[in-house]
Amino acid sequence: MTIHTRMDDADRRNRLDDMAQGVLSTAMDRPDGPLKVSGRAPYAHEVQPEGMLHGVFVRAPRIGRVVSLDDAAARAMDGVETVVTDDRLLRNPAQGTANEAPVQGPREVFYVGQPIALVVARTFETARAAALSVGVEIADAERAPVAPQDYDSPDKKQSSQGDLDAAMRDAAVTVDRMYTTPAHSSAPMEPHAAIAEWDGDRLTLRGSLQMLKFNRNELADSLGIDPKNLRILSPYVGGGFGSKLGVAPEAVAAAIAAQETGRPVGVALSRQQVFEATMRRSETRQRVRLAADAEGRLTGIGHDAWVSNLPDESYSEPVTQATPFTYRGENRVIGHHVARVSRTCAGSVRAPGEAVGITVFEIAMDELAHAAGIDPVELRRRNIPDRDPTKDIPFSSNMLAQALDAGAAAFGWDDSRPAPGSRREGEWMIGQGMASAVRVNNLAEAKARVTLNPDGTALVETDMTDIGTGSYAILTQIAAEMLGLPPERVEVRLGDTDLPPGSGSGGSVGASSSGSAVFLACQGVRERLAEAMGVAETDLTLKDGQAIADNRSTPLGDVIDGPVEALGHIEPGKTSKAVRQATWGAYFAEVAVNSVTGETRVRRMHGTFAAGRILNAKTARSQCLGGMTFGIGMALTEELMHDARDGHVVNRDLAEYHIPVNADVPQITVELLMEERDPWTNPMQAKGIGELGICGAAAAIVNAIHQATGVRVRDLPATLDKVMAGLED
Amino acid sequence: MTPFDYDRATEVTQAIDAGRIIAGGTNLLDLMKLGVETPDRLTDINRLDLKTIEEHQGGLRIGALVSNSDLAADARVRRDWPVLSRALLSGASGQLRNMATTGGNLLQRTRCYYFQDVSSPCNKRDPGSGCAAMGGATRLHAILGGSEHCIATHPSDMAVAMQALDASVEIEGRDGARTVPLSRFYLLPGDRPDIETELEPGELITAVTLPPPPPGRQTYRKVRDRASYAFALVSVAGIVAMEDGRIAQAALAFGGVAPRPWRDPEVETALAGREPTAETFDAAADILLRDAEGHGGNDFKIPLLRRTLRAVLTDLTTEG
Repeated sequence: MTIHTRMDDADRRNRLDDMAQGVLSTAMDRPDGPLKVSGRAPYAHEVQPEGMLHGVFVRAPRIGRVVSLDDAAARAMDGVETVVTDDRLLRNPAQGTANEAPVQGPREVFYVGQPIALVVARTFETARAAALSVGVEIADAERAPVAPQDYDSPDKKQSSQGDLDAAMRDAAVTVDRMYTTPAHSSAPMEPHAAIAEWDGDRLTLRGSLQMLKFNRNELADSLGIDPKNLRILSPYVGGGFGSKLGVAPEAVAAAIAAQETGRPVGVALSRQQVFEATMRRSETRQRVRLAADAEGRLTGIGHDAWVSNLPDESYSEPVTQATPFTYRGENRVIGHHVARVSRTCAGSVRAPGEAVGITVFEIAMDELAHAAGIDPVELRRRNIPDRDPTKDIPFSSNMLAQALDAGAAAFGWDDSRPAPGSRREGEWMIGQGMASAVRVNNLAEAKARVTLNPDGTALVETDMTDIGTGSYAILTQIAAEMLGLPPERVEVRLGDTDLPPGSGSGGSVGASSSGSAVFLACQGVRERLAEAMGVAETDLTLKDGQAIADNRSTPLGDVIDGPVEALGHIEPGKTSKAVRQATWGAYFAEVAVNSVTGETRVRRMHGTFAAGRILNAKTARSQCLGGMTFGIGMALTEELMHDARDGHVVNRDLAEYHIPVNADVPQITVELLMEERDPWTNPMQAKGIGELGICGAAAAIVNAIHQATGVRVRDLPATLDKVMAGLED
Repeated sequence: MTPFDYDRATEVTQAIDAGRIIAGGTNLLDLMKLGVETPDRLTDINRLDLKTIEEHQGGLRIGALVSNSDLAADARVRRDWPVLSRALLSGASGQLRNMATTGGNLLQRTRCYYFQDVSSPCNKRDPGSGCAAMGGATRLHAILGGSEHCIATHPSDMAVAMQALDASVEIEGRDGARTVPLSRFYLLPGDRPDIETELEPGELITAVTLPPPPPGRQTYRKVRDRASYAFALVSVAGIVAMEDGRIAQAALAFGGVAPRPWRDPEVETALAGREPTAETFDAAADILLRDAEGHGGNDFKIPLLRRTLRAVLTDLTTEG
């Protein structure tokens, strides 16, 4: 049986609150945790079939057209099997949910580092050495510039209401500033990898991928095969952050090489290749205009964003995604401008859009607070709109005020507005800063199958992935809660395209979408049990393997005599448009800035977040901790540097691309507003929390630097040189 | 990584005129994977008896294979040469310090982005090919001592402290042993940035010697892009002895700013006999920076070095 729900109406039943097992929303440990910390959770490149060959990419050292590829030395090396230069090799990974092949062909080089051939050998070391020995001749060809120059402004991405110019003219207080954020890399812990194995015309691919149902079509389209003949396995993924949303060059190359050699082929990217040949977040330039009355109430908002990508890529960083609805203001102009560049492909990197858009906007809001002489928390409070001010629709729920208040209280926010630079401890200047957190909430189509066995065990199956986020944990909890089972009686199988297609992991939709599919499947199982017991499903209590109804408590084995199976199917519907759905939060940070060197150390940081029903307090908190840690990197250290002459990524390792290390990350506290239920989102009243923790986090730190020093950094990251430039000699 | 032969030396003589020497391998292996280093033979010296720290002429003799962790933790070093212990602990990570050796640390190669990228021209890696850092990304690069052929910086923290401590390097070669003061060990790039040290091909570093502990106070201050696990943008190893409210003598070495651990005797002369005032420190900084040259991305190192030097001198000359 299939339980299908389209979210056309609010679901206020709060069915999960009626359940009795008491495992959902708890801080349950991940069932996969022991496997991961003991090395028994197999990642993509770890299940190596007998006789597997190793492929290593040859990188393009410059932009242009490949004239010749001299692989004689490589082929002469002992152990080298072949050099693949197939026309189907990908230029760059597919964008998230593309569902089709990206640009293909290794002859036309659009960015330095583009994979242009795959050397296949019996050992990894041989393949790597042979790949380095390949001589490449590349001739000039017409290409986009290596740095953004000319921007297009697509009509459908511009919007305007009211008269912003007049609002700016008439305002008591205004801000009109340019800001920049650099390119970022996801830099997941597990480098991208794939192992391909053919059995006749059937291909099995072990990959490190986030969204398998799309990846299957993307890979099949790239190879020119029927998706039915393709199975993808990604049971464990060592971090994605968007860089594994779409099928990528290593998967296609491994499949082609395996076909060509008749043997399984594995391809694992080096760390340098992850930096230059997967996805980057576009650099952004942003102009923010704010017009406010003397009390800081916004009358006008302007937010223009300039971003870049390779030619023929439809994706562009959706910087202004939350600008239409976060704050009040009847006059509003939003602009989006895209330049074509010859740089590593731009795609989704954790919380595309808001991560950099909210960050910059919240720095501008801090500037407005200072200009207006209003406490920054109070300024936000005064500007929370009653309805989405752009679409004039209600919010499904708006928790910003609660998050601001709770966060300020938890942090001990000082609302006395001390003068910048007034608090000192020896060489160190101390300041506090805050920012709002906002992220749009979405639902994606997802299916899951749940099987309840008479022995009181259950199996959950979907091709949903766990990219370190906790999918195994929350799907276990949802099924355990709905079916009244101890969590250890529930097995969750993920990451296999032979299983019902879930949502995949991306855009913070995974937990709520795949979770809803599991919820619905469990509802189907409950209905069968209720039917067997002759009661209404709503009158059935399931707990500890017992079915309880009409004052009777019956072991499940006495209710059903065989496995009961149901498929859950959730689809987004009218609620996506009828109401504005978002997740909310607030960040608070205290920094110390060294008055000699401009070095910033975050001393403590707090975030309060609301994302509807929280499914697992521990994994939700971990997502927020991770997001805020990303925020520290975005604020202070992370910058993918492109060479000005050929656009290549200059800092291609973790020694020079500075993600925060432990010493950069202070005590971070996370508070989850557990009581929220958002009826418009899905039958669980839950929302995505994966990305919320980064959407503005960096602004709290940059604003704290200003409070500490009086230095306003508008070009991220706030490295010591930029801070030092504004300090006293 | 190109295929290579591997052998192990069990006697120092076996490591002379042998293959490319590998000890901790924390730098060499990375560079081999990148194709920057392509030795056809590696000689592993980890079994040599060069792992002891012994007292020597009132100072210390540190075997070339003493790990950075062990050296930093040595009670004598921590007590009498704290600048060295601090410098070591400011470098790399715990895991790397456990592997990295004293001799290897001295010989680590630059972090210049272009040196590590075999697609870029680099006079250090491929003499005569040009310098891609010129006109490129230069955040890590030198403001002192560079040439038109190379502006790479030496990445070591340990060597900066040793430079301030007047350390010497003991070397074994086919013609026997010799000792080279660290102040003469490193060469400036000039028109041969590929030749980085006095070490001749086939020679082996066997030890570093420290003279007796210098009088005065010592510190190492490292300024970098994150709190740990980043190379120095600017670092200062400082040793200052005070007498009657004046600077009796100062030894100062600088990291992150030059192709070698930088020491400028004129800076120290300018400090000797002076009262520790802001004017004194600025005058010293003026001398230090008289020939400093930025290349765009590293321009900030000039004011940063001045500010850091002043702060270090203030710290070392202030009682309390």
